[in-house]
Amino acid sequence: MGEFKVHRVRFFNYVPSGIRCVAYNNQSNRLAVSRTDGTVEVYNLSANYFQEKVGCEDGSVKLFQITPDKIQFERNFDRQKSRILSLSWHPSGTHVAAGSIDYISVFDVKSGSAIHKMIVDRQHMGVSKRKCIVWGVAFLSDGTVISVDSAGKVQFWDSATGTLVKSHLIANADVQSIAVAEQEDSFVVGTAEGTVFHFQLVPVTSNSSEKQWVRTKPFQHHTHDVRTVAHSPTALISGGTDTHLVIRPLMEKVEVKNYDAALRKITFPHRRLISCSKKRQLLLFQFAHHLELWRLGSTVATGKNGDTLPLSKNADHLLHLKTKGPENIICSCISLCGSWIAYSTVSRFFLYRLNYEHDNISLKRVSKMPPFLRCALQILFSEDSTKLFVASNQGALHIVQLSGGSFKHLHAFQPQSGTVEAMCLLAVSSDGNWLAASGTSAGVHVYNVKQLKLHCTVPAYNFPVTAMAIAPNTNNLVIAHSDQQVFEYSIPDKQYTDWSRTVQKQGFHHLWLQRDTPITHISFHPKRPMHILLHDAYMFCIIDKSLPLPNDKTLLYNPFPPTNESDVVRRRTAHAFKISKIYKPLLFMDLLDERTLVAVERPLDDIIAQLPPPIKKKKFGT
Amino acid sequence: MVSDQKPLGSWSVKQGQIITCPAVCNFQTREYIVVHDNKVLRIWNNEDVNLDKVFKATLSAEVYRILSVQGTEPLVLFKEGAVRGLEALLADPQQKIETVISDEEVIKWTKFFIVFRHPVLIFITEKHGNYFAYVQMFNSRILTKYTLLLGQDENSVIESFTASVDRKFISLMSLSSDGCIYETLIPIRPTDPEKNQTLVRSLLLKAVVSGNTRNGVALTALDQDHIAVLGSPQAASKECLSVWNIKFQTLQTSKELPQGTSGQLWYYGENLFMLHGKSLTVIPYKCEVSSLAGALGKLKHGQDPGTHVMPRFVNWETPQGCGLGFQNSEQSRRILRRRKIEVSLQPEVPPSKQLLSTIMEDSEKHIEVEVRKFLALKQTPDFHTVIGDTVTGLLERCKAEPSFYPRNCLMQLIQTHVLSYSLCPDLMEIALIKKDVQLLQLCLQQFPDIPESVTCACLKIFLSIGDDSLQETDVSMESVFDYSNSVHDEKMEEQTEILQNGFSPEEDKCSNCDQELNKKPQDETKESTSCPVVPKRAALLNAILHSAYSETFLLPHLKDIPAQHITLFLKYLYFLYLKCSENATMTLPGIHPPTLNQIMDWICLLLDANFTVVVMMPEAKRLLINLYKLVKSQISVYSELNKIEVSFRELQKLNQEKNNRGLYSIEVLELF
Repeated sequence: MGEFKVHRVRFFNYVPSGIRCVAYNNQSNRLAVSRTDGTVEVYNLSANYFQEKVGCEDGSVKLFQITPDKIQFERNFDRQKSRILSLSWHPSGTHVAAGSIDYISVFDVKSGSAIHKMIVDRQHMGVSKRKCIVWGVAFLSDGTVISVDSAGKVQFWDSATGTLVKSHLIANADVQSIAVAEQEDSFVVGTAEGTVFHFQLVPVTSNSSEKQWVRTKPFQHHTHDVRTVAHSPTALISGGTDTHLVIRPLMEKVEVKNYDAALRKITFPHRRLISCSKKRQLLLFQFAHHLELWRLGSTVATGKNGDTLPLSKNADHLLHLKTKGPENIICSCISLCGSWIAYSTVSRFFLYRLNYEHDNISLKRVSKMPPFLRCALQILFSEDSTKLFVASNQGALHIVQLSGGSFKHLHAFQPQSGTVEAMCLLAVSSDGNWLAASGTSAGVHVYNVKQLKLHCTVPAYNFPVTAMAIAPNTNNLVIAHSDQQVFEYSIPDKQYTDWSRTVQKQGFHHLWLQRDTPITHISFHPKRPMHILLHDAYMFCIIDKSLPLPNDKTLLYNPFPPTNESDVVRRRTAHAFKISKIYKPLLFMDLLDERTLVAVERPLDDIIAQLPPPIKKKKFGT
Repeated sequence: MVSDQKPLGSWSVKQGQIITCPAVCNFQTREYIVVHDNKVLRIWNNEDVNLDKVFKATLSAEVYRILSVQGTEPLVLFKEGAVRGLEALLADPQQKIETVISDEEVIKWTKFFIVFRHPVLIFITEKHGNYFAYVQMFNSRILTKYTLLLGQDENSVIESFTASVDRKFISLMSLSSDGCIYETLIPIRPTDPEKNQTLVRSLLLKAVVSGNTRNGVALTALDQDHIAVLGSPQAASKECLSVWNIKFQTLQTSKELPQGTSGQLWYYGENLFMLHGKSLTVIPYKCEVSSLAGALGKLKHGQDPGTHVMPRFVNWETPQGCGLGFQNSEQSRRILRRRKIEVSLQPEVPPSKQLLSTIMEDSEKHIEVEVRKFLALKQTPDFHTVIGDTVTGLLERCKAEPSFYPRNCLMQLIQTHVLSYSLCPDLMEIALIKKDVQLLQLCLQQFPDIPESVTCACLKIFLSIGDDSLQETDVSMESVFDYSNSVHDEKMEEQTEILQNGFSPEEDKCSNCDQELNKKPQDETKESTSCPVVPKRAALLNAILHSAYSETFLLPHLKDIPAQHITLFLKYLYFLYLKCSENATMTLPGIHPPTLNQIMDWICLLLDANFTVVVMMPEAKRLLINLYKLVKSQISVYSELNKIEVSFRELQKLNQEKNNRGLYSIEVLELF
């Protein structure tokens, strides 16, 4: 199949930001996740938990109230002595419960006055702590207020009388978050010890109508504070300082016991943070507030499978480019020749020209960006670095001509009338004639760059696109979707290729469909037109279209090399999917030249080492 | 403690007026009712602010209490003993109220029940130290008067009452000034309402509170089996709330109330309410299903997966001649009668009835045939009770006729897995008298709840019974493996003089034991390789090792065993330990062998109980030295394990470093 030298890169010092808040919307089955750096991500739980959108804010909290005509300041509730840390509306909108330090207030919305002040016990394991912070409150429609606090308690209050009904001590540390199911028969809390507890309203005895809240299941999927939880009809969702988003399906609510019932732990973004200049062997790393440019090392040695080769030159850190202001970087790209770097924040677009003189590198910013290039969701350079493609957040696709140190705006493809959706994935053919663009749901559009017009639209598919690329020579567009399907579409013929039809007819291997991270990058071998290279966070795969497809009985992943097997057996077991799981978690993989690959890994241990220490727990009762 | 106490509503009467009866809530109308100045009734609801302006009715007689329970209209009990429904009273407040109780008779306590959807009112009066109970059936307007006889303790004053109700009886519990709780059963439906009847009270719990409490005591029934008592347990101690299980006479829980209480206690909706100091304390308390095992805190655990699961909880409905002593005999007879009717109602199950009649007269052989017939039948719904009745019947006959001992029957009945020690304590008692080791072994294997004293009595017999009488018995040998010719694959190599990582088991022996050991090297080898007891005795002792026990209860009984028997048992245990340690998995061969933990626990227990005796015995010296070495080597093994763990951790670290290839490398990958 092929032997490669692999540049195994682990110096991408990326640490995801801690999750601050998650919110679940039942109508769309989507989950919004906000992180401590101000980014907001939207996950589509129906589309295999794919991360659809990333919004990058500046880290400040902005509150919007959406009313049909205007936003109105309505009423000042009775002033509270200390600050309010949590709020919950009664479902009918008549009362508000507010969690404060050492007490919970219940306000009557009509009069604006506090009708009850419920004092929370400061005692913690018999020791009186200084303050008891009410981290979360939930108001149920029957008037029960559930509070979680820094003394490790989950308490039930009767808002009509302002009295404590029941108290559960569940943790030695803070209980920081609470979320109630829509039916109000179950809720979930998260603690600073990384534990998530499920509470359910169950009958006191079987077939009795009297029900009580019972702590049913503890889950320990986090190492750090669980800052936020959400409750979808079928799953408990939690996130916190350890940056993982954990979706834990409730087995009793899952109707079909298929792979969707499995636990999901989402750690890495479902988009590329890395781009590569093949010609100069450069890698551009995107962080929240800066970019790093690295040059790969080299070796003259050769070896056999699995060998680590001695380096004749180590990797160099060439450039550290900091953004101005508090805004996060949305996207970035380096051209194939390594002469251009572009990136965009929420409000500004930056383009730099790089000059290489021996080991020296000089950077020059291209000034006077036109006003329409303000906020880009995706940037792409053509293979010959003469054109720059920018997908703006307004939905337009801009084509910019680059020559020398200057640029010229060539054209803007406006979004289809009636759609406002912005394109977030771009792919350009190696001859520069075709540009493919995809939004989250509107399908893939292919534009003719020479004639500056829409060439065709790929038939709509239910699941969002996670990666796409156009093969050289054939101009076949390969598209990967979040449900792990891969399609090949011939742009010149405006139809799916025969191979793609065969794959759809036979279906993918069940293990291929069960992978839970999306394919984030697709590339092609310059000399082997039958090969498609793609990867997700846990595997790298070369699809050889000339070989038969595996069926569910064949072994999809075989890490062992064939040893003295007869040709017959080998031929029978050989199939189109050549998978390697050596590199993981894999954030980026691409072909530098015919025989060289670059793989960027980010080991979880390295991320954990950079997180604040978790709450220490005693082991073995010492 | 209610952390945040505040009144939800507060109303007061005018100055000069006195509230003479606690306010109650009329659950049907959500109104409150109170009486002030004995005769003035006030009714109001949450919206009312001023009590002076609310509904008022002046009555013609003085009110003792207003009683209200969910689901029915409140009742008004007058000081003279008359009762009225609230509605009827309000229709004509000035109606004439008759006098029911005699002069100088004073109402002490009252309670209102709903029995079969009919209101029943009970009140207790006192006159010159005599107590009377009145039961008023409100629907039939029948009033029954009972005289309460205090029994021997005529001078005691009743301090507090509580009552619970079941289908036919009101169980009236009273806390007397002598600190004891008495129970009186009052029938709800009187047999002869005209006649003045007397009721005897029986002692329920002895001395639960000290006799001379200043602040008064209180008790309240939580359910049929549990009562809560407020008061100080001893004269000097602080007041406390205690919950008692009256079925087993055990203290379930108790809580000290250092700031004192007022002698008032309520139980409502699984919460106990009381005054503690100046605040209202609410303690949630839910009565668990009462079981002996639960009451003693002793549930048998660690059942072997292969063995039949025994019922952990005894069916308390099962009638027992050997029933618990304080159970009311009348009640149990009633249950028996009821069951007999049930049995006879089933036309197709005569075998059980036939069986019971057979037991009383027929020969052992015949009984055996009948029992076998019954057991061969499919398990009927009353299988448990019939088995219980059969065993009880057999044992009663055994006691009456010393020659009667239906051994085979008893064995078969035990093997049904439905019996337990508490169901038939006589069974093991008789077996102990007959020295029937086979039956005792079976009991030890099958019963989950054998008391430690009985276990110990069994042990005594197992150790003292002669080898020749053992030969005749047919004990189950499944727990014993023939150790004499055991050669198995996992046997560890004997290592004696290997210096392991600085530790040698032989290195630091005490000098004088060295000498002793060197004198009799042959003895030692013999001691460690041959079993000190015959296989049948070993099987019996293994049954003891498998039985459940609590150290505290077992230790005092172990002290009664003669010293030479203790040494024998220790020798056997030591032998078992040696056999265990020969094996890599530290287990004994065989189907159901004792575990290493059981062996070690028993060695410790025996030494704890008898060390002073054993240490004085010259013949036990060698054994003690061996045990000393055993403990020492165990300690060394654990310290070695700790060392190994540290070494492993270091190796792991090295391994991780090796795997960690640094931040950048170029590798060769071949895809096949």
